[in-house]
Amino acid sequence: MTIMPLWLIPLFPFAGFLINGILGRRMPKWRVTAVALLAPLAAFGVVLIAATTVYLPFGAAKFAPSNPPNYGWSSALLPYVEGFGSWINIPALHIDFSFVLDHLSLVMLLIVTGVGFLIHVYSVGYMNDDEGYARYFSYLNLFLFFMTVLVLAGNALVMFVGWEGVGLASYLLIGFYFQKKSAAEAGKKAFIVNRIGDFGFLIALFLLVANFGTLTFTEIAAKLGQDPGWNGGVVTVIALCLMLGAAGKSAQLPLYIWLPDAMEGPTPVSALIHAATMVTAGVYMVARTHVLFDHSPFALGVVAVIGASTAIFAATIAVAQNDIKRVLAYSTISQLGYMFLGCGVAAYSAAIFHLVTHAFFKALLFLAAGAVIHSLGGEQDLRKMGGLWKKLPVTFAVTTVGVFAISGFWPFAGFYSKDAILYAAFLQGTSGKLLWFVGVFTALLTSFYMFRLWYLAFLGEPRGPQGHLHESPWSMRGPLVILALLSICGGWIGIERSAGWINMERFSGFLAPVLGATAAEGSWRLAVPFTSHLLSLETVLSIVAVLMALEGWMIADKYYRRKLTRPALLAAAYPGSYKLLASKYFVDEFYGTVVVKPLLRFSKYFLEWVVEIGILGGAAWLLGGVANFAGAILQRWQSGNLRSYAAWLAAGAAVVLVFLLVPWASALAGLPAIHLGVAGH
Amino acid sequence: MSSFLSQEVPLSWYLILSAILFSLGVVGFLVKRNLITIFMSIELMLNGVNLSFVTFAHQWHAVKGQIFVFFVMMVAAAEAAVGLAIIIAVFRARGTLAVDRIDRMKL
Repeated sequence: MTIMPLWLIPLFPFAGFLINGILGRRMPKWRVTAVALLAPLAAFGVVLIAATTVYLPFGAAKFAPSNPPNYGWSSALLPYVEGFGSWINIPALHIDFSFVLDHLSLVMLLIVTGVGFLIHVYSVGYMNDDEGYARYFSYLNLFLFFMTVLVLAGNALVMFVGWEGVGLASYLLIGFYFQKKSAAEAGKKAFIVNRIGDFGFLIALFLLVANFGTLTFTEIAAKLGQDPGWNGGVVTVIALCLMLGAAGKSAQLPLYIWLPDAMEGPTPVSALIHAATMVTAGVYMVARTHVLFDHSPFALGVVAVIGASTAIFAATIAVAQNDIKRVLAYSTISQLGYMFLGCGVAAYSAAIFHLVTHAFFKALLFLAAGAVIHSLGGEQDLRKMGGLWKKLPVTFAVTTVGVFAISGFWPFAGFYSKDAILYAAFLQGTSGKLLWFVGVFTALLTSFYMFRLWYLAFLGEPRGPQGHLHESPWSMRGPLVILALLSICGGWIGIERSAGWINMERFSGFLAPVLGATAAEGSWRLAVPFTSHLLSLETVLSIVAVLMALEGWMIADKYYRRKLTRPALLAAAYPGSYKLLASKYFVDEFYGTVVVKPLLRFSKYFLEWVVEIGILGGAAWLLGGVANFAGAILQRWQSGNLRSYAAWLAAGAAVVLVFLLVPWASALAGLPAIHLGVAGH
Repeated sequence: MSSFLSQEVPLSWYLILSAILFSLGVVGFLVKRNLITIFMSIELMLNGVNLSFVTFAHQWHAVKGQIFVFFVMMVAAAEAAVGLAIIIAVFRARGTLAVDRIDRMKL
């Protein structure tokens, strides 16, 4: 049954990429804008139509409470597979070009195309004066194309195509201001660090082919389901390799180092690619291949530990950063850590939930930061801002929403998703309690550094030249307001209230057909009666989390609301720790010494001098020398003397004649002798 | 004498003459220095071959041999035209026709 031609979804952005990429410089600006905006809008429209086609006929009858709850989301139309013929077809392996629309990819598509469209609109205002206007939008459309391919992919190879493609788009956009050396190098850094992750992904693909003979997600799940003996062993290796890929793309420890540098790109790019969508591809990939992780408790544990440690690690760095975009970048890494923490405790739907809400509020925060930077004429240093709330009221209001959302205050979006992850972690035994504690402490830090940013940028007294401040154009404010609304309401999609019950499991119920039941599904945990058990475990935990966020706010208030002498005093009191945080734990320096420098040395001394000059160059010189030597001898034949040529010719003819005519010579040469005899009459 | 005159010339005489002509051509080609003489030697070789063609054509009553001769003469005529033109060009360029001294292509 046809839902909607899925190939249309990537097609529109790709067409936009081609048109703006090839003709953009020659087209008038309004036409570039029209193409750039219509492409994501059309894709978003197709996704919306597909979503309504799937769900409209099913009406509201599915909300009747039952035990276990039947959320009714298992639409008969999903998953809908669309194949475009085979790609690789050999006896051992069959891979199709196939797209899959299911609950998971539907959610992701709505985010990618929806938030993507908003950011395109914002970019029209933000990039208005830029020379590379058409180039910028062609790259942005290219990104959307690859991202939709990644999300729609029905097997791991198609996903890999999108995976690499978004990496390419990310590289192009980080290095968008390629005249700036730092931007060009940041692009390279992102690309190279991602290669390490992609290496893991590729190894995982090879192992999947070798052990399962297929790369199609559903077939892998079916094979794993058939044989309960698949546990640990090779599955663990595959899952860990996949996690390495995810850590590269989603900026987790130890491969997170490229994301802060990626802030060299234009701010809307940071919002779309390096906050809302591309960096969450790793989370999506883990959720997509969750059956493998489900069969390997060890790999799950690794994912959880990486997630939790990245969350707290990046949050501590964010505390001491003064560049507004860097604060947000480390915050993104930290929030991605939350998502992996969710994946690691097998609460994939909670991770995806956080992915969705994070896409809303982090895109909002980045875009608001972009508006601030835009208004200040490129100033990114928090220390030179201050007192902006009077002059940029809309930006101030939406940032406030974003700050509250990311800090996890009720009823903002971040509260619900963070709560879901922390609760799922808490249920995982003793180690889960530890993970929960790390998560909650990170929530405190998150709240602290976000309110620090809030106070530094918008409140207090102006600390720098703020001459002709003006609010951004409507093309920028509009997306901000919409995203702010989503940041408030986005979390509510997780709740449903029917017949006196509050059910917090709506979102995971929606994803259950793809991601399976969550850990707590059996207990039907949160469908608590409205009136009793208000102090259930989850309620207590979320109150704790909110209190922690409040505490973070209070600390930030204490230090940053008034004069800024207090933080300076604190920094002076603990110079070592402050330097450690402000310098991001010297991780870049560490990698530089341990990895980059030895690699450069190896390249220079071994690869260049031994391999390049010695072996390859030597071989080339040897071949050339042999030819030269032979030529030096053979050139004597070419005397230039016509008569010597003729003599050689005659001698050759004579030799042939001898061989033909003299019997023993013919026999020697294996030729039939010619017996001359003149036949008479 | 009449019997001698009325007798056919034996085949071998033609062939021997042909071989002599050809060999004269080869020797001339090899030993002469003047380009024109070399050129004439080539013509001599060609005509020596022509003679043997005609001889065999007569011997075997086959017209093919005579057709070959026509071809050879035609090609020789064309070759003479082109070759003489080249020789003139060489002479104009180098001022000499001695093949030993036309060796600028040598390394």
